[in-house]
Amino acid sequence: MESNIQKLLKNYPEGHPENLIPILQDIQDSEGFLSEPSVIQVGQYLDMPVSKIFGVATFYNQFRFKPLGKYNIQVCRGTACHVLGSSTVLEEVEKFVGVTAGNTSRDGMFSIEVVACIGACGLAPVVSINGDFYAKLTAESIKEILQNYRNKEQS
Amino acid sequence: MNKEINLAKDFLLDQVLRDYSNNSKDNEILEKIATLKHEKIQKPLVFVGCGTCGLGAGAGTTLEMVKKYFAEKQIDADIIETGCIGLCAVEPIMDVCLPGYNRMSFCNVMGDNVYDVLDKAFQLELPDSKMILGQLEIPGAKPWNGVNLLGEHPFFKTQKRIVLKNCGIIDPTDIREYIARGGYKSYIKAISVHTPIEICDIVEKSGLRGRGGGGFPTGRKWRFANSEKSDQKYLICNADEGDPGAFMDRAVIEGDPHKLIEGMAIGAYAIGATFAYIYIRAEYPLAIKRLQIAMKQAEDYGIIGKDIFGTGVDFHIKIKKGAGAFVCGEETALMNSVEGKRGTPRPRPPFPTTSGLFKKPTIINNVETFGNISTIIENGAEWFASTGTADSKGTKVFALSGKIALTGLVEIPMGTTIRQILFNMAGGIRNNKKFKAVQIGGPSGGCITEANLDIEIDYASLLSVGAMMGSGGLVVMDEDNCMVDVAKFFMGFIQRESCGKCIPCREGTRRLLEILESITSKPSSSDTEALDRFKGVMQIESLCKVIKDTSLCGLGQTAPNPVLSTLRWFRDEYEAHVFDRKCPAGVCKNLRVYRIDVDKCTGCTVCSRKCPVNAIVGSKKAPHFIVEDKCIGCGVCYDVCKFDAIRVV
Repeated sequence: MESNIQKLLKNYPEGHPENLIPILQDIQDSEGFLSEPSVIQVGQYLDMPVSKIFGVATFYNQFRFKPLGKYNIQVCRGTACHVLGSSTVLEEVEKFVGVTAGNTSRDGMFSIEVVACIGACGLAPVVSINGDFYAKLTAESIKEILQNYRNKEQS
Repeated sequence: MNKEINLAKDFLLDQVLRDYSNNSKDNEILEKIATLKHEKIQKPLVFVGCGTCGLGAGAGTTLEMVKKYFAEKQIDADIIETGCIGLCAVEPIMDVCLPGYNRMSFCNVMGDNVYDVLDKAFQLELPDSKMILGQLEIPGAKPWNGVNLLGEHPFFKTQKRIVLKNCGIIDPTDIREYIARGGYKSYIKAISVHTPIEICDIVEKSGLRGRGGGGFPTGRKWRFANSEKSDQKYLICNADEGDPGAFMDRAVIEGDPHKLIEGMAIGAYAIGATFAYIYIRAEYPLAIKRLQIAMKQAEDYGIIGKDIFGTGVDFHIKIKKGAGAFVCGEETALMNSVEGKRGTPRPRPPFPTTSGLFKKPTIINNVETFGNISTIIENGAEWFASTGTADSKGTKVFALSGKIALTGLVEIPMGTTIRQILFNMAGGIRNNKKFKAVQIGGPSGGCITEANLDIEIDYASLLSVGAMMGSGGLVVMDEDNCMVDVAKFFMGFIQRESCGKCIPCREGTRRLLEILESITSKPSSSDTEALDRFKGVMQIESLCKVIKDTSLCGLGQTAPNPVLSTLRWFRDEYEAHVFDRKCPAGVCKNLRVYRIDVDKCTGCTVCSRKCPVNAIVGSKKAPHFIVEDKCIGCGVCYDVCKFDAIRVV
């Protein structure tokens, strides 16, 4: 049977190294992260050493090598967010989830990611949870939002 | 419905675009155009601002409620999702257009206000004044009584909108409206009347300089690429808006994507490129989606593709999603990334105009630069050059954020002062606090203090005060912000984002960060602590200079700017951190010292139970004490004390 990765690779019939980043992005979009076997398959397809692919993948912030939680919390740490107290928001998120940024909670529910700027500086500080934006946050409001997610899961 | 769209398409292609030079006086044609511009409507029309910032503020719910309202009341009405008009502070914004009346703009329309606002609007009544933004004039329509024009709003009054002209006004997913408002005329005019070199001349004469940060004259760059002989040339649009604090490129793409495509198409023609890339951040999913829709429509209308309008010109665009690397804003690094490699800069020469993407002549411009092109071709170089200062022409979009009353995007003529932007347009500092500084130009830029607020913005004047235009992010800081902390924040960012190719940037920024960390770290009683701290501080300026002089790319060369700039204007704050071991703004946690007021403490023991390091001692119902050596300054005790007994000294 054809694997998911092979299906994705078929979208790039020319197999040109130019497509390396889009291929990795597609794999991450569909699998959630880049696993070693998937990277090896990409290497075979593009005729590139796996070390080179890891070299590229680790260079960019976007690529992950660990699966994400069910809810991925992206905390914006841009300048505007920083000036308006995003460090406190991040601390609060870390305290709530129980892991530091870049990690996934043990129950696989939440993962925390720090991003450079989401581009919603006018509404700082901002957090995005699975693509839903939460704006003008404070330590209290973020706690409430996260609690809602947790309650939703438990019920 | 499809038939209607095809009719509109034929009309636009034949009557509007092919007849680009003729401003028709034919009533029938004017009528059709007015319909496409939503100026002549038969049924009510509601616009909801659905840019990323609008959605963040709750526009999604607003939109749902509007739909529900019309369904429930069985009113036949149209709903359009627009981009962002630029006033993020009062999002969600909803415009209501009733047949025969001006377009009325309401702000702060949360989901639960929708019914009230619409109910009233249909009776031509107004809601609470804090939800009224202003009205937009429609030719021949009746005004709303007692409502100012939107253009009279202080935020918009002194703006001159070229790049943002359509943002928040038009439907970004409908090419017909863009064309009806004069879009793509410049492109058709460019490829059918002008030679490529003439386009380069016009752009050069207009004085347009790169809006991405470098400020290199755009026309000159195009001329270099034009003069190269090659079988393939490339044009790249840099939409990898990595500067934290800048979001104008996102707003343009979300609100008016065709403007970018038109600018790129003209640029590609000017240099002889048939293939273009848009390198856009993956963090901007909505912008990518709108861009894809726009590209599809442009193809459909024969504006992208082969032999455009029978002129023999070819033009293709491909979107490349960035993978989150700040250094990819540097043009040679960006090209490496497009080629599928690590995004590290290349040494220059050869310059990209000679050997760029895939070793072919390439030009890179950013979104805002391309956003100016169509208007320059339409109105001419002299028209554009009549705005601005001696060496900086035209307008610049600034993104206002931080401690400012009205956050958002403003497009102002070059030569406006920063004081005008902050205090006349954006309503000054939030909560009546005192202004401290405004950080301009992102991590490569610098700070502007009270003393320099009256300089007229242009490329040279900003450099003279140690700042730079950059991409145009203005982050406002008030008395509660610590400038050493801000410098530390930027160094942390740059150090993480340094690509690691050259040593001065990779190692130097790390050392700079360490120095800043040591002066903001908790005072320790170790004998060598003072020695370590001063050793670093003494080297800080020379280290900055070495990084500046010896780094390979523009980002490395400007990496120490946040430190140099804050050191220049806020030396006293550094000195307070270094000598007195105090943070005057009270931001640097490790330098905060907490004391318990024995008169107020009731001995409730909450603080000692909550203290994560057990630094608070005392017995029940007796005043407690903080053991300073153990305290990490987290402030938990301060937050949990119900008796106001804990003070920061």
